[in-house]
Amino acid sequence: MTAASLTGADPQTKVPLKRRLKQAERARQIKALALVLPLLLFLLFTFAGPIAGMLWRAVDDREVRQVLPQTIAALASWDGKDLPDEKTYAALASDILAARTAGTIAIAAKRLNYALNGFRTILTSTARNLKAMPDTGTAKETLGKINPAWRERTTWTTIKDAGGPVTGFYLLAALDLTRNADGAIVAAPADQAIYRDIFARTFLISLGVTALCLILGFPVAYLLAALPPGQSNLLMIFVLLPFWTSLLVRTCAWIVLLQSQGIVNDSLHWLGIIDAPLRLIYNRFGVCVAMTHVLLPFMILPLYSSMKAISPAYMRAAASLGAPPLTAFLRIYLPQTLPGIGAGSLLVFILALGYYITPALVGGAADQMISYFIALYTTETANWGLASALGAVLLLATILLALVYGRLVQGQQVTGGMKN
Amino acid sequence: MSDNSSLRTPSQRIAWRATIVVSTLVFIFLIAPILAIMPLSVSSGSYLTYPLPGLSLRWYDDFINSPRWMNSLKNSMIIGVASTLLSMVLGTLAALGLAQWKSRFKPLVLAFVLSPVVVPGVITAVGLYFFFAPIGLTGSYLGLILAHTALATPFVVITVGATLQSFDTNLTRAAASLGASPLDAFRRVILPLIMPGLASGALFAFATSFDEVVIVLFMAGPEQRTLPREMFSGIRENISPTITAAAVILTTVSIILLATMEGLRRRNERLKGNVE
Repeated sequence: MTAASLTGADPQTKVPLKRRLKQAERARQIKALALVLPLLLFLLFTFAGPIAGMLWRAVDDREVRQVLPQTIAALASWDGKDLPDEKTYAALASDILAARTAGTIAIAAKRLNYALNGFRTILTSTARNLKAMPDTGTAKETLGKINPAWRERTTWTTIKDAGGPVTGFYLLAALDLTRNADGAIVAAPADQAIYRDIFARTFLISLGVTALCLILGFPVAYLLAALPPGQSNLLMIFVLLPFWTSLLVRTCAWIVLLQSQGIVNDSLHWLGIIDAPLRLIYNRFGVCVAMTHVLLPFMILPLYSSMKAISPAYMRAAASLGAPPLTAFLRIYLPQTLPGIGAGSLLVFILALGYYITPALVGGAADQMISYFIALYTTETANWGLASALGAVLLLATILLALVYGRLVQGQQVTGGMKN
Repeated sequence: MSDNSSLRTPSQRIAWRATIVVSTLVFIFLIAPILAIMPLSVSSGSYLTYPLPGLSLRWYDDFINSPRWMNSLKNSMIIGVASTLLSMVLGTLAALGLAQWKSRFKPLVLAFVLSPVVVPGVITAVGLYFFFAPIGLTGSYLGLILAHTALATPFVVITVGATLQSFDTNLTRAAASLGASPLDAFRRVILPLIMPGLASGALFAFATSFDEVVIVLFMAGPEQRTLPREMFSGIRENISPTITAAAVILTTVSIILLATMEGLRRRNERLKGNVE
């Protein structure tokens, strides 16, 4: 401890006090850093490293290069204007024969098929029909005979583009963009251009849920802040209990409530409001209701703490100066709740952006948000490059919003990010 | 409801009543779904509809006698407790260090330490899936415990950090000058003072792990499926009332955690009140 070095019993007594203080302070700082270090290293291994790895996969493009190394090398000097020379065809034939022996054709075929639909067939049929290495000078002719696609320029630009080692292909695809045969960035074909819509949908659902949370949360936070502590503590249980209840339980509860034979439909039918059950779940409505329910406490709690900090004296002063209640509310009270509104809304929005479980369980096919597709491409179709690229876009959006959030709550003691 | 003394005009009274009515509806919205699911777990029928045909404990029986559900409960407990303990150690050390560390990089480091809470679960899960698979940590308890610890530790850092803000560092100096070793000073001076923060951090950590399902979806093998994971596939495949029994069990755990938290908070307020 620093105290030990200040007792004067150490052999450094001749060193000026100022320097010794400085040394002691430096030792303290090193010790402090040493205490944080285990967590930093831990997070590097279990959090930052994995995410960096994912980001790397979004640009990593070494599959084709590993399977067709000679072809990629030969294509390096190709200007892309006309068909490649005989040497390149021979390189491809040799690569395909080697890959067929090694059983790696499918790896390259899968990657090339992402860039050009149907490439899988081109490559596998060629691998199947190429009996042996063509005689010198006949590779171009032989391959063209096996599959006429080898006589087309786009086939070759596709291979060259997929040559790696890094690519913008997946990131462009995540934004519905692609490169044409001339290397210019253009809009992706309509059947592949789905991601902008999905991002827009994710954004809209999050925005809608945030608005719903704000509309529902504001009066509740106001009530809780205005009531005496005894009563507000009691009512706070209504906010905290759902908060602590498992996400799965709450999602399951909404399915039970909103299904066609569920309580809501039965009650409406019993009241004579409807004849046939309404479709309330497995659609956008169900997703919004369930997500609002899950995220509402994240709005109420920061709002509540910002309202709690507003002194009632302001409103009394406004009233004594002759402001009508509505004016006083709009011009005195509301502006002071803005930091709380901002913090709560941003928090809900950030959390909603990354939602996966709730839409996956209570949404239909047209209500799935971006996280669903990241999960789908990771585990089902194993298109890891695209999954990573979509993840990178989502991560970027989250980080930007989190930075704004950090600015907003800086200096004020809003524990909105926490559970209490 | 108490009458608010500052309400004088009729319009204010109307606005206040409207607030109460709207808030009541929101409270119902918040709590009704959780309450509505509970009675279904004691239904004797196999459909999740009201009215209940009769009462029985058959679904709890089903839960207890199902190796799948019981195994998932056990897994949730093992992973929850282990990651809580690990995050308590890592989080407390980091909070102690951060409280003393003076640097312009501190906000950056703090933001990094807290980022697992904000980053979408799917991104963390996909990253871990790629990263842990080659080193054999997918489909293992260790992998899940490490991943959940990363998610849970920020809560410990925050709650312990909050108690350290009012902590007088002279106390450790005093302990040292009285001859206490750093370890003794920690055990007998610092630890008792940060205990409330550590306890609530531990509750958050446990709740985080106990409720986490996205990472488990990606990383758990059939052996490591947790209770929320089992509920996820249950809801997806066919909703049987056994799920409602599982939901009641999960909610009971939540209520215990919430009650402990409230107890801690009240105790804390009382102690603060005595000092002031």
